[in-house]
Amino acid sequence: MEQEYFHSVTLDKGRCKGCTNCIKHCPTEAIRVRSGKAVIIKERCIDCGVCIRVCPYHAKQAVTDPVDMIKNYSYRIALPAPSLYGQFGPGYSRERIVLALKHYGFDYVFEVARAAEIVSNASEKYMKNGVVKKPVISSACPAVVRFIQIRFPNLIDNLLKIEAPMEVAAAIARKEVHEKYGIPDDKMGVFFISPCAAKVTSVKVPLGNQKSKVDGVLSMKDIFLPLLDIMKKQGEVTKEPFSLSSAIGVAWAASGGESDAVREGRRIAVHGIHNVNDILEQAVQGGLDNIDFIEALACPEGCLGGPLAVENPFIAKVNLKYEIEKIRQNQAHRVTRTENADEFVWKSKVEYKPIMKLDDDMMKALEKMQKIDEITEGLYGLDCGACGAPSCRALAEDIVMGSAKETDCIFKLREKVSSIATQLQQIE
Amino acid sequence: MGTVVRDYVIPANDFTVAGEASSRVRKILTQLGVSPDIVKRTSIAMYEAEINAVIHGNGGNAHVEIDENKIYIRISDEGPGIPDLELAMQEGYSTAPDSIREMGFGAGMGLSNIKKNADILDIQTEVNKGTTVNITVFFNRP
Repeated sequence: MEQEYFHSVTLDKGRCKGCTNCIKHCPTEAIRVRSGKAVIIKERCIDCGVCIRVCPYHAKQAVTDPVDMIKNYSYRIALPAPSLYGQFGPGYSRERIVLALKHYGFDYVFEVARAAEIVSNASEKYMKNGVVKKPVISSACPAVVRFIQIRFPNLIDNLLKIEAPMEVAAAIARKEVHEKYGIPDDKMGVFFISPCAAKVTSVKVPLGNQKSKVDGVLSMKDIFLPLLDIMKKQGEVTKEPFSLSSAIGVAWAASGGESDAVREGRRIAVHGIHNVNDILEQAVQGGLDNIDFIEALACPEGCLGGPLAVENPFIAKVNLKYEIEKIRQNQAHRVTRTENADEFVWKSKVEYKPIMKLDDDMMKALEKMQKIDEITEGLYGLDCGACGAPSCRALAEDIVMGSAKETDCIFKLREKVSSIATQLQQIE
Repeated sequence: MGTVVRDYVIPANDFTVAGEASSRVRKILTQLGVSPDIVKRTSIAMYEAEINAVIHGNGGNAHVEIDENKIYIRISDEGPGIPDLELAMQEGYSTAPDSIREMGFGAGMGLSNIKKNADILDIQTEVNKGTTVNITVFFNRP
């Protein structure tokens, strides 16, 4: 049970002041403040990282694997997310970054950008087959997939049933290393260099209980300075250390990259979890039947805006753009393709998690809903958050579900105190 | 008897809030544990009726009643009414002006879409008086 609800996003209690920032911004109303500290409701959290971004006290964190974990493996493979190339300013080319990873201690580097190109290619084929419901919704962002799982069960069938680039990269890298160097699978350690908290969760608790081919997820934040150090000492890079992706895969780091790569039909690229919510709302009501593909990324500006990225996403976008231009002009890099894309079609089902449900018994659920309506009616409707719930309605729900009481509302408490005061005066 | 009741105002010609009522009802049904399939049918039927009231009916009201067996939705407006209901029910028939069509609405699928998704559809309409669309969706179809 514990394992089922592992989350990368966690709270540092010591730093939490119990303010209302995170509860007000959480897209699934998964946070409450209880006894002066934030509490994450595990079933509801989708690891989108919004709370990490809005907490002024940095009390919300994403747990990743320690960088020293790579020492546990004799052969180490790095899978850098394309967003890594946006973190260092001009002069720090992709070639330098990849080489620096090698000096850092990785024996092999397989760019997730290359896997992204394979996923794009597979997506095109998949959409041409017409077997999937339209609009097809990208499954590359794990936070969005989990969001759909708990909020939009009707859109589960619209999800692109192809593994995310990170998993595809891990599978191919393992195979390549085995074929080229004969390294046995259990000697390899495969590490994703991540801007994303939700990816940690999807490695530890993959959808449908499949085992991830990734062994560890390292935070871009943890590896940024060591890489910069190495690059400063490193001379000019004359030779490419590994085969690299074309511009298409690198562009996946920013919003619009994936949908541009698909090339098929009318495509939406939406980013930021609240914007994603608006688009999915429209999709579920049939309002987007004229759209073929939706790229939906939980973070603002896409993966470049991930909670573990170092650089401001707008600046990172400039760095990335420069790199993409260079790759395009150079024309040396081929788009990565694979013959057997079927290999990467989902083997397990993504299931609806009805965590918003009030009761398994419909009659009881109706009674609870009525009770919630009544209590909400009696509250002040300020949605101030002082009670620890994100809105008056959410407090009413918590009261009926037994996790809060009416006097958690400071206005209700004031009413009660003044009524007690009146009673006391009457005693005289 | 447990019945959950909701009333919403549907503003005229305001597309920014069109669909808000059906979106809220979708959330309520989900909280009540109604199966995703039924939730979808209900929300499409209600959304179409809501949009109709916005486009054609100068806005109106939505009244919703939910009990353990069904959801009943009444969307009423005081708009121009529908002169030929039978014709209006046909797929592709539309009286929406071009400006509305340009926004992606008014394809003439509204009423037939409601009919497809509702278990019971009853439309009362009178020219120059208005239209009332009554939609019922059962949670366990007999």
